[in-house]
Amino acid sequence: MSLFVAGQITVDWPLAAHSFWPILQGGLIYTIPLAMISFVFGLIIAMGMALLRLSHVTVLRWIARVYISIIRGTPLLVQLAIIFFGLPDLGIDVSPLIGAVVALSMNVGGYAAETIRASILSVPKGQWEAGYTIGMGYGQTLRRIILPQAARVSIPPLSNSFISLVKDTSLASTITVTELFRRAQEITATSYDFLLLYSEAALIYWIFCFILSIIQGRIEARLDRYVASNE
Amino acid sequence: MLLNVKNLQKSFGGRRILNGIDFTLDEGKVLVLIGPSGSGKTTTLRSLNLLERPEQGVLQIDGDEVDFSKPVSKKTIRAIRRKSAMVFQNYNLFPHKTVLENVIEGPVMVQKTAKEKAVDNARKILERVGLSDFLDSYPHQLSGGQQQRVGIARAVALKPRLLLFDEPTSALDPELVGDVLKVMKDLALEGWTMVVVTHELKFAEEVADKVLFLDQGTILEQGTPDELFGHPKHERTRQFLSRIMNKV
Ligand SMILES: Nc1ncnc2c1ncn2[C@@H]1O[C@H](COP(=O)(O)OP(=O)(O)OP(=O)(O)O)[C@@H](O)[C@H]1O
Ligand SMILES: [Mg+2]
Repeated sequence: MSLFVAGQITVDWPLAAHSFWPILQGGLIYTIPLAMISFVFGLIIAMGMALLRLSHVTVLRWIARVYISIIRGTPLLVQLAIIFFGLPDLGIDVSPLIGAVVALSMNVGGYAAETIRASILSVPKGQWEAGYTIGMGYGQTLRRIILPQAARVSIPPLSNSFISLVKDTSLASTITVTELFRRAQEITATSYDFLLLYSEAALIYWIFCFILSIIQGRIEARLDRYVASNE
Repeated sequence: MLLNVKNLQKSFGGRRILNGIDFTLDEGKVLVLIGPSGSGKTTTLRSLNLLERPEQGVLQIDGDEVDFSKPVSKKTIRAIRRKSAMVFQNYNLFPHKTVLENVIEGPVMVQKTAKEKAVDNARKILERVGLSDFLDSYPHQLSGGQQQRVGIARAVALKPRLLLFDEPTSALDPELVGDVLKVMKDLALEGWTMVVVTHELKFAEEVADKVLFLDQGTILEQGTPDELFGHPKHERTRQFLSRIMNKV
């Protein structure tokens, strides 16, 4: 019947007001922390994979390639399912939150690895040689000379990855993490007002991402001020 | 004898670039490498700092030795590399560090000199190359000539036994070349041992103790500047010299 009453949509304002805080709360205590923690671990994985990709040892390069290829070639939803529902079959029980952190970190690790690799490669070869000529080894040159310069290049794409990650955390709802979207789903179970509640969830994601993109703009403006043309 | 190079051979992608390079250099002397483009000057120089690894040959600097035909340990690489420091054609300064930070990076991070001492020393060196007013500037705020003088200061601050210069003035506007050559001349007078790749014949004439003419990966001729510039033995040397003198 309701299909035929277009034009008579009314907004249930009391429900909207009541549900706003629980949904937002899910965002503040799960979505954002989940994204931040996964991003940190993800960057660590990505750095390792980027360095393996750049290694002179063929086997190491291949390990990284295979990892990156699998992560990028399979849906995040499936990765989450394997970790949360699949690992218990091997006797490894994972809590929803840990499962989400593991899957999201590994996912970020696969995508950000290529960003980091490209940013390292963007630093002119002469910078490595300058490090070597003042007596530094590979590790020291990487840390003190190359990465600070690569960081400037990789910050814009990495902040995009972070914003994507914030949205991707909604998939954790499928493994019962009561993050933003799951909160909205739970309320629909009793109120059935899908349009209202999911729009509310969308609005909150959008606010989060909007704020993040403002912060991103600030960071990039600051970086631009320091960017030096080297050659 | 501070530097002894024996039979360096190096190929790139199957093409022989260095065809058995031999020379020696005594402490406090200046060696200038000249030769046509592609003759292997840069490759030779970079081999001395192990930025390039020849397949054959022996390199001795100040009591340390590498035999390139054998596997070389990381320790040996470090030991040999620290005997020399390179000044690059396009400076290769660290763009994210100030002038002062560029110069103290090696002494503090590699040689573990106390920071105050390193800063003190860096200030002195930067004063000598005329950059006292730019300690806190970033490289991109400097002219090419100033950047190259920072490059020289960075190398000198390491107190290597050997300074290597690869066409240090060829990326510079003509009016900036003089300041850099002046700094290099001063270093030579102070007794630094130097190997310089350059097309500045006047500089070579005034400063070099020995000049090598490289052609197609071999040393075709060597001698004092007088011998080589005044009485070149080979036709190719004569041709090369007249070509760059006409350019000036
Ligand atoms: N990394 C490399 N890979 C392949 N070929 C190289 C490499 N480096 C140098 N070569 C080749 O080796 C030859 C000698 O190069 P090198 O840079 O030593 O010459 P050069 O005498 O310094 O010349 P120029 O006066 O132009 O600087 C050139 O033919 C060059 O193309
Ligand atoms: Mg060259």
